[in-house]
Amino acid sequence: MSAESTTEEATSGFNIHPMDQFEVHPLFGDGAIHWYTPTNVTLWLGLTVVAAFLLLVVGSRGRAMVPSRSQSIAEMAYGFVRKMVEDITGKEGLKYFPHIMTVFTFILFANLLGLLPYSFSTTSHIAVTGVLALTVFLSVTVIGFVKNGPSFIKLFWVSSAPMALRPVLFLIELISYFVRPVSHSIRLGGNLMAGHAVVKVFAGFAGALGIGAVIPITAIVAVYGLELLVAFIQAYVFTILTVVYLNDALHPSH
Amino acid sequence: MEGDIAVMGQMIGAGLASIGMGGAGIGVGLVAGNFLSGALRNPAAAGEQTATLFIGIAFAEALGIFSFLVALLLMFAV
Repeated sequence: MSAESTTEEATSGFNIHPMDQFEVHPLFGDGAIHWYTPTNVTLWLGLTVVAAFLLLVVGSRGRAMVPSRSQSIAEMAYGFVRKMVEDITGKEGLKYFPHIMTVFTFILFANLLGLLPYSFSTTSHIAVTGVLALTVFLSVTVIGFVKNGPSFIKLFWVSSAPMALRPVLFLIELISYFVRPVSHSIRLGGNLMAGHAVVKVFAGFAGALGIGAVIPITAIVAVYGLELLVAFIQAYVFTILTVVYLNDALHPSH
Repeated sequence: MEGDIAVMGQMIGAGLASIGMGGAGIGVGLVAGNFLSGALRNPAAAGEQTATLFIGIAFAEALGIFSFLVALLLMFAV
């Protein structure tokens, strides 16, 4: 393994490992990483918050009747998420709209900042998306029990199925309920990681091909365009699934 | 020698695991294709169903991402 990689390095002279971009470094020096060490993850998570703040607070500060460019982008995002919440959960869900809007803008900006060259895509780490998904899972479960009391269990008891099948379906529904945070977080993290790894794999081809590098570089441009689309769609999908889970908690009847 | 065989097993396993992504591709294609054929029959109702379309695509795609993750774990984490 090691012998092969050294010869490859010698012939190409330009070796890009596709997974290197996901490494977590300390920002200052290179000591051990503790929970309080500022790392590149800390930096880019902070920049995500700053970017969201710049658009939603500073950008729409004018509160003009005829909105400026940044204000109308902020208003579009607000209206988009609000309509999504209202369509799926109805009026009751609007109480939870601030959290859902926060999740949407945070993921969207994290995805988009991750696309900048030399940046670090925080949402490609399962640790980051896992915390987001666990927050949603725990709060939705708590909301379900607070709103409905013990009858929240009805979510798992499919009353439209034949009586003999109901215990089996209960088990399946229960398992699928607990797999939710896993699939919710891995969907976002996996999509982002796969996309960024593909870009770096093509970059490795470009380094090895010399003048023929035009082909992989064209491919990188195309994949980058796809990644822009994926950044939006994954933020949308994460948010809409959050809303769907919230709707299950508010209206658990099957 | 034994280490080489273990690496070979990891790589073959990673390749086999990524076959699962083909299944996810078929699934996403079915969802999007059926949405399109339905939308062309009744374009007026299509706009309201885009959310359902994306939820369906997300669920189909998640399973492909799982197999991709298994491949990555085999290659880099085991």
